[in-house]
Amino acid sequence: MSNAVSALEGAEFNGFAEVREIGLQGMITLRGDLGSKAMAGAVKSATGLKLPELRRIEQAEGQAVAWMSPDELLVMVPYEDVQKTLVALDKALKGTHYMAVDVSDARAVFQVTGPAAGDVIAKLAPIDMGALATGEIRRSRLAQIPAAFWLVGDDTVSGTVQVVCFRSVAQYGFDLLKTAAENGTEVGFLA
Amino acid sequence: MLILECPYCGVTAEETEFHGGGEAHLTRHGPDSSEQDFEDYLFQRENPKGVHFERWRHVNGCGKWLHAARCTLTLEVFGTYNAQTFEPPKHIKDAITAKRPGWTWRTFS
Ligand SMILES: [Zn+2]
Repeated sequence: MSNAVSALEGAEFNGFAEVREIGLQGMITLRGDLGSKAMAGAVKSATGLKLPELRRIEQAEGQAVAWMSPDELLVMVPYEDVQKTLVALDKALKGTHYMAVDVSDARAVFQVTGPAAGDVIAKLAPIDMGALATGEIRRSRLAQIPAAFWLVGDDTVSGTVQVVCFRSVAQYGFDLLKTAAENGTEVGFLA
Repeated sequence: MLILECPYCGVTAEETEFHGGGEAHLTRHGPDSSEQDFEDYLFQRENPKGVHFERWRHVNGCGKWLHAARCTLTLEVFGTYNAQTFEPPKHIKDAITAKRPGWTWRTFS
């Protein structure tokens, strides 16, 4: 059995905010009719979380379910629980039109932490980070790559921002965040 | 810079979060159509100074295709609406009429 590793094996950078690749994260793309009872039941039975509303993310210890598009969710569970979660989803959705696929190794996940975490993202994404609400997921871009970000738990933009992008651009994403968090380049807008 | 609202995820974002997909509401003609229809479908496009209808994709977002009604002269956006339609819905047409009375575009007015 091969030894699974994340894209950057937990790379870290400490500037005016801390940037860290969080390592292995279980991720499942779940597509189907988000308005159906079966889908809500499947998410509940597989993760214990309720189906997120438009552009929202439901989070609990070690688990999260994010709204990605009108017919797509991103289910996050511990890396070692992916197969178990897929089995639970398949069981609950049997007979309906859906798709549940393990994408854990296709993505990279970062956390940007510190009072100025929001400023780091705001330098790179064409959005108003000050308007990002707790419990909201925003899909946008970081410079030239698509990325999604949200505030961890009950955090505000002065806490921890979690960022997910494709694994193939993990180094680019990390370097962007690192450069934006470099000491001496503080913006002091959202902090 | 265009500011577009995605009708699927509700995000209002600037144009670099989207990707342009050309003219909207084309009637597709396949290999069995007349040569004139096929040529028109492939090559003939509107190039208006004013009201225009386009397809856009929320590529750095929810990934969905959408429609936008806008003015090529002022970059004003009259509205965006979903892709599952052959013509602009009434509220979009009304919004254009309010700003550009008497507008026409292909067979729409
Ligand atoms: Zn969208």
